[in-house]
Amino acid sequence: MSQSLLTTGGQPASRAAPSAQARRHHGKWLAHWALAPALAFFLAFWLLPFVQLMVMGAGADSSSGEPGYWAVLTHRQYLFSLLVTVLLSLAVAVLAVVIAAICGCFLARNHFFGRSLLLSMLTFPLAFPGVVVGFLVIMLGGRQGLSAQLGQLLASERWTFAYSLTGLFIGYLYFSIPRVIMTVMAACEKLDTSLEEAARSLGANSWRVIADVLIPGIRPALISTGAICFATSMGAFGTAFTLGTRINVVPMAIYGEFTNYANFAMSAALSVLLGAVTWLALAMARRLSADASLGGA
Amino acid sequence: MKSTFATLPQVAHREPVRIRLRQCARTFAGRQGQHTALHPLDLAVEPGETLVLLGPSGCGKTTTLRIISGLEQPDAGGEVWFGDEQVTHLPIEKRDVGMVFQNYALFPNMNVAANIGYGLKIRGYSAEVIRQRTGEMVDMVHLQGLEQRAIHELSGGQKQRVALARAMAVQPRVLLFDEPLAALDAKLRDRLRIDIGQLLRQLGITAVYVTHDQAEAMALGDRIAVMEKGRIAQLGTPQQIYHQPATAFVADFIGTVNRFAILGRGQGSLQVTGGGLPSDYQGDASLLYCRPEDVRICTDDEPVAVRGRVIQRFFLGQSQRLLVDTGAAEPLQVDSSSRQHWQVGDAISLSVPADALFAITGNQTQPHAGEKAESAAGSST
Ligand SMILES: Nc1ncnc2c1ncn2[C@@H]1O[C@H](COP(=O)(O)OP(=O)(O)OP(=O)(O)O)[C@@H](O)[C@H]1O
Ligand SMILES: [Mg+2]
Repeated sequence: MSQSLLTTGGQPASRAAPSAQARRHHGKWLAHWALAPALAFFLAFWLLPFVQLMVMGAGADSSSGEPGYWAVLTHRQYLFSLLVTVLLSLAVAVLAVVIAAICGCFLARNHFFGRSLLLSMLTFPLAFPGVVVGFLVIMLGGRQGLSAQLGQLLASERWTFAYSLTGLFIGYLYFSIPRVIMTVMAACEKLDTSLEEAARSLGANSWRVIADVLIPGIRPALISTGAICFATSMGAFGTAFTLGTRINVVPMAIYGEFTNYANFAMSAALSVLLGAVTWLALAMARRLSADASLGGA
Repeated sequence: MKSTFATLPQVAHREPVRIRLRQCARTFAGRQGQHTALHPLDLAVEPGETLVLLGPSGCGKTTTLRIISGLEQPDAGGEVWFGDEQVTHLPIEKRDVGMVFQNYALFPNMNVAANIGYGLKIRGYSAEVIRQRTGEMVDMVHLQGLEQRAIHELSGGQKQRVALARAMAVQPRVLLFDEPLAALDAKLRDRLRIDIGQLLRQLGITAVYVTHDQAEAMALGDRIAVMEKGRIAQLGTPQQIYHQPATAFVADFIGTVNRFAILGRGQGSLQVTGGGLPSDYQGDASLLYCRPEDVRICTDDEPVAVRGRVIQRFFLGQSQRLLVDTGAAEPLQVDSSSRQHWQVGDAISLSVPADALFAITGNQTQPHAGEKAESAAGSST
């Protein structure tokens, strides 16, 4: 900006230009120096503990005496916990995306009475900590829950599912769906409606429009929000803790090793592996959604 | 300029269809109550004809087009007919119309060939037929070699050609265009306009073409409907619209007009500000109009002329436009050969041939003398 002003003046501008350049150069250095404290802060508070965690994970597991990482990968108990967590999160992410994609597109395209109220209610669970979500699941499927009372009435047995894998699954879905709906709605609203109109003019019915225009159009959003759902579910702790499930999801296992057994190596190893799996999923999603948004099919 | 489109394959072996709108209105419910985008409209597009809807922004062109296409429903009472079939309640996917949009609306997840063949695929044609027909279309719009390209690898002009091929591949009953050239730069626009015009003539398909560009409208339309505030202000051939504008709005919107207030009538002449015009006009209009290119620069000794002074001069290349102050409220606009040397401040004498003067009386055009109606419509340009 300042340079274009200077160069319009002909002769004097050519003399002024180098000094402007020098000033810019100077400014760049200044910016770097200004970054330094932020960088130091980042190093101290994020990188150092993280490196320490990684090192700690290689230490000896207090029960088997093997290095932490090795112990996780060779003991069924830990491996099973890792596997269940991954599968559970994957299932939650997929189902949340499917449900939310349908609702999100519907909400984006249809304006009806009470829509804005519905939208604000949908975003309500976003603020809940995992504990509250756990409560809600217990109220639904706990020993005194709605489903138990209904079972008592219909079949004289209490139907409970809150403390099983189903309870976890429902709880995770509960906090995942609103996030995905918001993303899908935004993506849907950004979609060029003339694409749909063009498809229809060529004879496509609603299903074809959904398959050929809508889904390809929001695919990048679906992939990235699905990945975030997966990551959130992998790390979810409050809900699992409140429900006190027998199934030890990884965050619970970490907590247990750390507080009950002071098994620092094991909890560090589990943490690092949990982070690695999640990071991998996010990286893959980034690749996939970048391909999708390029439209190379 | 020669067309870039190759000789046509068997595309339009369909009988062209007549489009009729009967009492089609469209009202939108807005925050501040009802908003009438379209007043009850009657319109017929003859089989094989290209009708251009022309008008300023917001006058209801797109709304009319969308009612024809089925993307929009007319208010209760309106009817849309394709030939003998009433299609008012037929959704667009069953109407069999081809559409071309301003922003191309190509499917970004499909390549060029898949875009063009999409309608055929929907209709369940075999892969072999689709491949062959897509090939013909690609030839027709001159996109050979680009079949496998992704859409984001095409230029704007190429994209619009793909859109054109896609719309025509299924042999629709009617073709509908909504400002298809508006997003292209001037040179490309001219080229594609010529190509589209030639294609429409050769196909003989019924087409409705929306634009706000009058040059485009003149070049492409068999007839033009000039729209104003949700109504058709005038419907006619480009010649009629230009030389016999029905309303002052039409006259102003299409090209430029000069206005003469009649101050008095003499023997075979009219008194106007700055002098007189040779005319035996007998009507009761108090204003007469003419186009800048019909104003003749004459010698100073011409007995009946308007005299004034050049106050501005625009060199346009093929001609020059002079603004001449005659003492009237607005200066006269005069086109002259670009080789004549006029300076600001020069005195100038002007005359207008009697048959180039026209009156506008409300909704009816009155060429200034009854028997001269034809000559007025056919004269000049
Ligand atoms: N979906 C809609 N809801 C409310 N008002 C609308 C809607 N579509 C169009 N209108 C209004 O109807 C009027 C006519 O719109 P239309 O799109 O037909 O104009 P247009 O002639 O195509 O203009 P442009 O040259 O700007 O495209 C405008 O005043 C517009 O604001
Ligand atoms: Mg429009």
